[in-house]
Amino acid sequence: MAPFLLSLKLAFWTTVLLLPIGIVIGRVLAYYSFKAKAWVEALVYLPLVLPPTVLGYYLLVALSPNHAIGKSLGAFFDGPLVFSFEGLVLASLLVNIPFAVQPSQQAFASISQDTREAAWVSGLSSWQTFLRIELPQCWLGILCAATLTFAHTLGEFGVVLMVGGNIAGETRTLSIAIYDSVQAFDMGAAGAMTAGLLAFSVIALVVMRVAGLQIHRGR
Amino acid sequence: MDDKAITLQVRLTQTVPIALDVQLQCGKGEMLALTGPSGSGKTTVLRCIAGLHRAANGMVKCNDQVWQDRQGKTFIGAQQRRVGLVFQQYALFPHLNVLQNVAIALSHVKGQDKKTKAMHWLSLTNMSGMHDKRPAQLSGGQRQRVALARALAREPDVLLLDEPFSAVDQLTREKLYRELALIRSNLNIPMILVTHDMLEVQQLADSLCLIHHGKTLQSGSINDVMRKPETARIARLLGHKNIYTANLNANKQLHVLGTRIDIHQQTALGTGPVSVLIEPSAIIMHRNDRPSNGERENPLSTQVNEMVAMGEDWLLKLDVLGTNEQISFRVSRHVAARNNIETNGKLKVSILSEGIHLMPAAQATSPLP
Repeated sequence: MAPFLLSLKLAFWTTVLLLPIGIVIGRVLAYYSFKAKAWVEALVYLPLVLPPTVLGYYLLVALSPNHAIGKSLGAFFDGPLVFSFEGLVLASLLVNIPFAVQPSQQAFASISQDTREAAWVSGLSSWQTFLRIELPQCWLGILCAATLTFAHTLGEFGVVLMVGGNIAGETRTLSIAIYDSVQAFDMGAAGAMTAGLLAFSVIALVVMRVAGLQIHRGR
Repeated sequence: MDDKAITLQVRLTQTVPIALDVQLQCGKGEMLALTGPSGSGKTTVLRCIAGLHRAANGMVKCNDQVWQDRQGKTFIGAQQRRVGLVFQQYALFPHLNVLQNVAIALSHVKGQDKKTKAMHWLSLTNMSGMHDKRPAQLSGGQRQRVALARALAREPDVLLLDEPFSAVDQLTREKLYRELALIRSNLNIPMILVTHDMLEVQQLADSLCLIHHGKTLQSGSINDVMRKPETARIARLLGHKNIYTANLNANKQLHVLGTRIDIHQQTALGTGPVSVLIEPSAIIMHRNDRPSNGERENPLSTQVNEMVAMGEDWLLKLDVLGTNEQISFRVSRHVAARNNIETNGKLKVSILSEGIHLMPAAQATSPLP
């Protein structure tokens, strides 16, 4: 039960922290053109194509107490980030950026420029336009981003293992526990955990697909 | 007169993203048609007036309020300008119902009055009873009425209409013309209608500003601009067909369409080559049954080259015999039938010299397209 709860905790914090970032980046990429846009998009979507072990390796090096980044983050968090839950959250944030950004970006892009301009000439400030015009039309895309981020974090294995290791109660998430059970030939436990993860992933994808269809119809 | 005093003055120049060199002004209660071919910069000008685009150099002034100055120090944003803008594709908020779409522009009204005001504007645009519908449940014409109600609800200092009728069918368009004409009679603000439909311009607008490649070519009252274009190029852009190059001699005689026509009106043009516009209303068809008024004036023998049905009329294209020129005009179907007009048939017409407008010689060869 502990690995499942730890995975849920990790997925919750990753989603809560990443969603606002994904909304901001997605909106910027949907509405603004700037010189470095191609580079920003490449960086945002890099975790999709990079093997988790590669990302995990770089994070392990960067977060180690011997590295400047790891040292300063360690000072801030009052302890080294590698092999800790905080380190896992940070790694999950980076790995899941594309899952939070892409649905948000698509949802914002589906709102026409005319609609936003109509809000401005109607007297709405940019902030009011965001809250009263954009968000109500984007919420399905944002729900999609949240679901995808949550589900992907729940099943993340490579980066979690590289950065967090396998410390019971601290960094042993559900997917690592499944791996552990299989290594220990405890196929019953592995099967139960796998079925739970599978069911959750299917539900998440169905929710996402339905939301996607709603966005498409709303255009 | 105070009411007709100029209340909107616009002067815009920029080179990017599209070149602009536009000057226009519009008085209270006046509807100015901003027209020109697609891509000429009409919508960009409208966006500059609305505060949605900032021209590199420009001045936009309304009711003594400076919205943008030449020095680049002042630029009032769209939110503060009090502009009503009707978009070509409606731009309604799909997640809000009709009433909410209008009420959102009523930020200057408080409390319960907001609903009352929104209902008032909806009733003015004939949308009473549809207030709880979503935009997706409305027809194109209904959506445009809501968009107009929303623009008016802002109680704007300027009303901007960006090709508002282009997305609706002909029948709805006719209805909307009538409704807009009724509404505008009670509006004492400058109104700018962007369109490339000259029929629409003549039906709805009081004045006209023609732009091409971002540059104002001519502006003035509809009658002046349509009847007296400054150049052959302008005449062509306004949709005129009968444009020719001709020679004006010292006796103020014009040699055109194989005949000599005495010119009575004053002209600053000297002798030599000139461009000539013949208004369709100055072309008189000789009837079979009885003489037509003015048929002795500048008669021409022609052969019908083409007859195109245009609603209740035929658009005739005639070859002027003895020349390589053609002349076009409309004739109603019953008149055509009564006079046995048919393709390749012979037809006599006269040109009234009062309907001839002279312009500086154009580069293009005659006849102009």
